[in-house]
Amino acid sequence: MPAFYLEALTVVLGLVLLMLEAFGPAHSKRLIGLFAACGLALILVFGFFAVGPGGTEASWASWPMWENFYAFDATARFYKAFALVCTILVILMAIDFRSVLSRFTDDPGSEAGTGEFFALPVFACAGMMWMASAKDLAGAFVALELVTITFYVLVAYMRRNVGSLEAGVKYLILGALSTGFLVYGIAWVYGTTGTMNLDAIAGRLDEIESPIALLFGIALVMVALGFKIGAVPMQMWIPDVYQGAPTPTTAFLSVGSKAAGFVLLLRFVEPFLGESSPIRGQVLALLLVIAAATLLFGNLAAIAQTNFKRLLAYSSIANAGFIVLALAAWKDGGATDPGSKATVGFYLATYLLMTLAAFFVLAQVRVQQGSEEIDAFDGLGKRSPLLAGMMTVIMAALAGVPLTAGFIGKFFVFSLAVRSELWWGVGIAFVGAAAGFYYYFKLIRAMWWNESDADPIELPKISRVSVIALTSAVVVIGVWPQPILWLMKG
Amino acid sequence: MLLLIVLLPLLAFGAILAGAKARQTAVIACGANLALGLLAAFTWKAGFWNLSLPVLSAPAIHLSLGLMDGMSVIMLLLSVIVAFAAVLTGQAPDGREKLYYGSSLLIAAGAIGAFVATDLFFFYAFHELALIPTFLMIGMLGRGENKAAAWKITIYLGFGSLVLLAGLVWLASATGTFDMVAMQESTAIDPAAQKGIAAFLIVGFGILVSLFPFHSWAAPAYASAPAPTAMLHAGVLKKFGLYGLLRLAVPLLPEGLHAWLVPLCVLLLGNILWVGFVTISQKRLDGMLGNSSVMHMGYIFLAIAALAAVPGGENAWAVPAAVLLMFAHGISIAMLFGLADKIERTTGTLDLDELGGLGKAAPSLAFLFGLVGMASIGLPGLANFAGEVMVFIASFKNYDPAAGMGPVQITCILAIWGVVISAIYMLRAYRKVFQGPFVKATEGASDLSLVDRVPAVLLAVVLLAVGLCPNLLLSLLR
Repeated sequence: MPAFYLEALTVVLGLVLLMLEAFGPAHSKRLIGLFAACGLALILVFGFFAVGPGGTEASWASWPMWENFYAFDATARFYKAFALVCTILVILMAIDFRSVLSRFTDDPGSEAGTGEFFALPVFACAGMMWMASAKDLAGAFVALELVTITFYVLVAYMRRNVGSLEAGVKYLILGALSTGFLVYGIAWVYGTTGTMNLDAIAGRLDEIESPIALLFGIALVMVALGFKIGAVPMQMWIPDVYQGAPTPTTAFLSVGSKAAGFVLLLRFVEPFLGESSPIRGQVLALLLVIAAATLLFGNLAAIAQTNFKRLLAYSSIANAGFIVLALAAWKDGGATDPGSKATVGFYLATYLLMTLAAFFVLAQVRVQQGSEEIDAFDGLGKRSPLLAGMMTVIMAALAGVPLTAGFIGKFFVFSLAVRSELWWGVGIAFVGAAAGFYYYFKLIRAMWWNESDADPIELPKISRVSVIALTSAVVVIGVWPQPILWLMKG
Repeated sequence: MLLLIVLLPLLAFGAILAGAKARQTAVIACGANLALGLLAAFTWKAGFWNLSLPVLSAPAIHLSLGLMDGMSVIMLLLSVIVAFAAVLTGQAPDGREKLYYGSSLLIAAGAIGAFVATDLFFFYAFHELALIPTFLMIGMLGRGENKAAAWKITIYLGFGSLVLLAGLVWLASATGTFDMVAMQESTAIDPAAQKGIAAFLIVGFGILVSLFPFHSWAAPAYASAPAPTAMLHAGVLKKFGLYGLLRLAVPLLPEGLHAWLVPLCVLLLGNILWVGFVTISQKRLDGMLGNSSVMHMGYIFLAIAALAAVPGGENAWAVPAAVLLMFAHGISIAMLFGLADKIERTTGTLDLDELGGLGKAAPSLAFLFGLVGMASIGLPGLANFAGEVMVFIASFKNYDPAAGMGPVQITCILAIWGVVISAIYMLRAYRKVFQGPFVKATEGASDLSLVDRVPAVLLAVVLLAVGLCPNLLLSLLR
């Protein structure tokens, strides 16, 4: 089936969910969540059978859309699958998070106002899938706005909670600001190259007399995308918004939205990084500056955090720094390393496993203990040893301890940076990763060193299965990383 | 088969988590490993020990385990012997058996894996397996300033590993392979790159081995660690850095190492003399042992410096000297930490000023401690002596009287004074703990029980056997 059916089906699924929510049972929205997750899983399966214009004679294959609007290559397929998996897990997380959601919506205690929380991520998912395929700056902009506007609602969803509302306002204002940057930047790029098609831009670079206007445009677009991926200078919103938003939304923001931002960044910078590009050096320098600043800010600011959700917010900035470093060390894949593009994809995939597992646990700690502080994990080693053990593996993976998935992502980034001889970047990444050992281990310390007389944390069935599956994947990928690279090859 | 040796401790760890009796499981697994390790020492040339599974295609990384030469065999033997002794030593606090024995098993698996891995990636990765168990053991069950020490060792080693990682990646990129066997046959690396890689490896491995001035994590961590952790870490895991330098830097980066010869000599003298004086000033037995283990690393670095002094030249003494000394030091420091644990359990303190007269209450403890203390000083007939003497000979091996003394020879002459320093602190500690009249802490002290004796005697026998007949090990290197 044609690839664009995937987005269409996802939107249809979202509409069906809205119908179900309107006419289905009002007392429990669990069914809607399960329906959404199953529907997305089905679309994920369809994704493996989707084809682009290449291998078929059908009439849609000759549509001009493929030429200048919508790409379907291995990257697009991978990031579409990524968006779907992420959304499924977030919706599963939301199912077990209903008790907190319902407390802060219109009618406290009833789930009447929580149904849309399962439909909105599906629309955001459609936007992310489209972003994975966008090869035209205008199309990319529309896709990105679909995601961002959906998130405005999702962040402020707990409308009787001041923190959530505050987060929503912050996200709205900074999101609007970044949209402004993006449009303005696109205008400069279009003005200098005369095209919005990313495939065509590479061919126009030689004709440009002075690259300054183009670089200005590129810098503006990067700043705007920095808002999505959580990179300096647009990282300011992250800690507050992550802390205030409902936990599943935070997880979605930090994984799905970030990955979609990265695929767009990848597609945007690629034309400028060809061997013959006259501005290759400047673009790489710009990326290196962003990477270094992001690594330093994320890692050093994380050290002092005492709230786990906030810690994960800074961790999300820090990880963005590592991924941008992989871009700054741009290399095509070869026999000795997978190249920048595959490294970004791989890093994001491992980041998804670790971060979503951490958020699953955090969501349940919030539900059962009413706190998101690191203190809330005190003594978990005694209270719920299995959960604490899994959480230890996840934190070790986030810190980059070998034999976990997190290490391999960092390993690829380090190899790229060393092979490109970006010694400043390598040095700053050292500092960042060493700081990571401290702040991720703070949680391990809380779980094992500290004592607490709080009750054990019992994960509900869906969360338990998800956390076990994600943790196992973290360990398996840590020893055998090849499967993710296979997925990326399409 | 090697996979089995690596997996046995991990499987035992899994079994303990699943509810098997912690101590018994750990002892059985480590005992089986000891038997397998001895078997490997006799049959290591047979191909059935090796294994190679591809885990990644670009870059080509394999989960490959193998015994590359006698050095790997000796390190494997050291690991299984100390691991067996470590799970037999000590007593887990009530309710913490799983953690206590599970951590030892994880550290042992990591050390064994690192010594038998023949792929750079897993060589590095296995070593880090010890990071979290060490953090938990020192933080939860340690003594004294254990929390600060746990943070220090974790962050220091985490940072050191990253520096090392950059060096290893650069090395792999320069040789074009992660396979440590194929690497040895690759064409020589460009001297400028050699110098850079050698710098990363010396600092990275140096942090892991507690090379002066990156040593400050080691003494407090060992002093506060529970006995099995200290035994495994100081005895086995710390040798990983030296093994790495001998395995990678010496054959692959001769000119790179040569370029850093003088700084290396200065730093290793820092280990032997500076840390040596620090050791003399220690007021507690655990602090003294921790510092002494840092100090003794200097001698092994001296053997590496002797190899670095003449790039491409022959020095048939240096590698055997370094390997023998690594083995001897590993066994003796493990035994010292094991016995110190017994002293603390029976007297309740390790403060040298609060101890005295223990020899009368615990004669066999005093005898064994005296024996291993002498070994640590370098008394002939015990393994450390053979290693140290060979190091000193090795440093004069390429001495040309016409050219005058080079940095290695000068370092060696200064380093020999370290033996005197060792004698001062070790004999003084022995006198304060075991001789003189009874004091309050030692009045009710008991001697080694049968369970305590098994690991200590095992280690003592190894020290004596290798000391009297170093060829037991050296023949493996030929």
